[in-house]
Amino acid sequence: MKTATKDGAASGARPLPDRDTCLELLETMALIRRFEEEAGRQYQRAKAGGFLHLASGEEATIVGTTSVMRPEDYLIGTYRTHGHAIARGTDPKNVMAELFGREDGTSRGRGGSMHIFDRERRFMGGYGIVGGNLPLAAGLGLSCDYTDSDEVTVCMFGDGASNTGNFGETMNLAALWSLPVVFILENNLYGMGTAVERHSAVTDFSKKAEGLGVPGVRADGMDVLAMRETVTEHLRIAREDRKPTLVEAFTYRYRGHSAADPEVYRTKEEVEEWRRKDPIEAFADRLEAEGVLTNGEREAIRERVDTQVREAVEFADASPEPSLDSLYDNLYVVGDQVPGWYAVDERAPQPFRGEHERERLEGEAKKLAEAGAAYAGQAAQTGHREGEEAAARDEDAAFDERGEGEPDEDAPDPGAGGPESEDGAG
Amino acid sequence: MSVLRMREALRDAMAEEMRRDESVYVMGEDVGVFQGAFKVTEGLLDEFGEKRVRDTPISENTIVGVGVGSAMGGLRPIVELMTVNFSLLAFDQIINHAAAIPYMFNGHARVPIVIRMPGGGGHQLGPTHSHSFEAMFLQIPGLLVACPSTPADGKGLLKASIRDDNPVIFIEHETLYGARGDVADDGDQILKFGEAAIRREGTDVTIIGILRMAHIAEQAAKTLAHEHGVEAELIDPRTLRPLDLDTILESVRKTNRLVVVEEGWPHGGVGANIAALVQEQAFDHLDAPIQRVTGADVPMPYSKRLEQSAIPHAEHIVSAALATTEGAT
Repeated sequence: MKTATKDGAASGARPLPDRDTCLELLETMALIRRFEEEAGRQYQRAKAGGFLHLASGEEATIVGTTSVMRPEDYLIGTYRTHGHAIARGTDPKNVMAELFGREDGTSRGRGGSMHIFDRERRFMGGYGIVGGNLPLAAGLGLSCDYTDSDEVTVCMFGDGASNTGNFGETMNLAALWSLPVVFILENNLYGMGTAVERHSAVTDFSKKAEGLGVPGVRADGMDVLAMRETVTEHLRIAREDRKPTLVEAFTYRYRGHSAADPEVYRTKEEVEEWRRKDPIEAFADRLEAEGVLTNGEREAIRERVDTQVREAVEFADASPEPSLDSLYDNLYVVGDQVPGWYAVDERAPQPFRGEHERERLEGEAKKLAEAGAAYAGQAAQTGHREGEEAAARDEDAAFDERGEGEPDEDAPDPGAGGPESEDGAG
Repeated sequence: MSVLRMREALRDAMAEEMRRDESVYVMGEDVGVFQGAFKVTEGLLDEFGEKRVRDTPISENTIVGVGVGSAMGGLRPIVELMTVNFSLLAFDQIINHAAAIPYMFNGHARVPIVIRMPGGGGHQLGPTHSHSFEAMFLQIPGLLVACPSTPADGKGLLKASIRDDNPVIFIEHETLYGARGDVADDGDQILKFGEAAIRREGTDVTIIGILRMAHIAEQAAKTLAHEHGVEAELIDPRTLRPLDLDTILESVRKTNRLVVVEEGWPHGGVGANIAALVQEQAFDHLDAPIQRVTGADVPMPYSKRLEQSAIPHAEHIVSAALATTEGAT
């Protein structure tokens, strides 16, 4: 099995937070797990479409992080972020409705599973492009820095994203500009189906950004208390010391990369081994052992999250499909420059394609188009009305007309706008 | 009224908007200490300081992405990419993010960003610094696309872009930075997107030209009038998305002939798009096939002779216009 060296001590060594916090951590993690299981089920029933990326197994990484953030801090994530939104306080009903592509979804069915968003809770989005959220996180950090606020941006992304150009570019820029961002690399050991040893020359991801000015640490992403401890310190560094850092969280996803993943790249035994240190069960066991949680309460939490998720499904099912006339909604911010989408989409309501398009395409126009030579002066083709004789044109004139194209002496202010130095244009 | 060069007009637009709104800032490669590769940001660092005029590393996708993220966080970034060719390195952030975010998050996020970039040939900058990608950008829902050809339009459109809440691709032409023109001194002279300018009225053929080709079309119109007795109506769309199709159609209904001139490539070009729109909506008003005058279908060559042969000239526009009027009585 793949193992992780961890900077943090075993979870037993960390004192428990107060009882309410413990129960809240447990219940949020349980809610995410239950939600993801149900999302998988609804996907099988074709209620949710597209791709579905589940985070079962990664709950401690998510909740350990969000539980120590301030409400005004920004969180930005990947395409595997149902749980991140829920952990930030987004109602599972709206997340499920988004999976169902319905009117009451977080993005009203425009985004789907990969693009959950909740501005009110400062969850600044799930993003479908691997590594695409990294520069956005730096930008959010810049907006906080620019306005002298002490809000911090937390950017969560996967081990695979560390191989994108955005990773190197963003780390360099964040360090250069001292941006208040905590980068949390959710290392679940696979970039899709490619194991970390097979996709990254440097597998200690905590070191991968060091040379770019962003120091990192490793944390046990299966231990919610370890995550809280590490992220708390790194939020402080961002908030007070104004420096970006990276936390590599070792975690594991029990399910495939997406719902359409035969998982040929790993063994059942490996998955079982990780399941034995399940972040939710391990934390609940400890709470029980230390008398914080009674067996009855454990069962009650299970029932509560079960009910909540069932209600989310019912809600999503009952939510209407988006109306077709809302197709163009929010494509643009309507205002001075854009009075409405129709100002931008210039298609005729009933495009007239002409009765004789096919015949016309047989001719010279087609040859010219194929040659990539839709240039000036070629002979005109047949007229546009059937039966109307087009003037006979000399087709050979097409290229003869073009000439050698000598420099245009009368160009406006020629050369005056040129690069002003040898290296002017880069 | 003052006579300004394009680069000065653009600089004034940025400076005025930065004075007006604290959340407006400029970033890009060498926009600060170096004053801009084409000197468009000259003087801004001195006036506004490093916080608001930010030199960036050479990281196009991340520069745009940081702009997008900061726009989502409430700022109004103006990002300068050194040439349109470099924008290709940022297409992910421009298309998958800037253009898509407002829609895919159902309007809960706004991306008021302006991405400025110079393009076009004429300076022997070869196949990686001289292209014209207006057509690529105009295809993308969620973006606005501006392509000013005069200093007054440059200033008025850039100010409009900065104040607007949508992501704007602002295309400048390298050879027009030094072009002079009258610019209103009134700082609130804001142009509207989707309003074409009729540069010359005529009755025989409509010629649409963008960026530098708007000027070349004016030369062609003079030749057409003096040597061929053809009166061309010249339209500069000024913005390609939204496009002022109404003005174009009105002109075509009058002249019954259309030539579209651009420096970009022929396939899927600006002219191809306008030709499709016009034939859809004014087919019966056309007396001749629409002519397109475009750059040659090759990466821009370095050799001055080859480069010039790959860029449309007035003579090409003249022959295209004459091809539409051939046989007309």
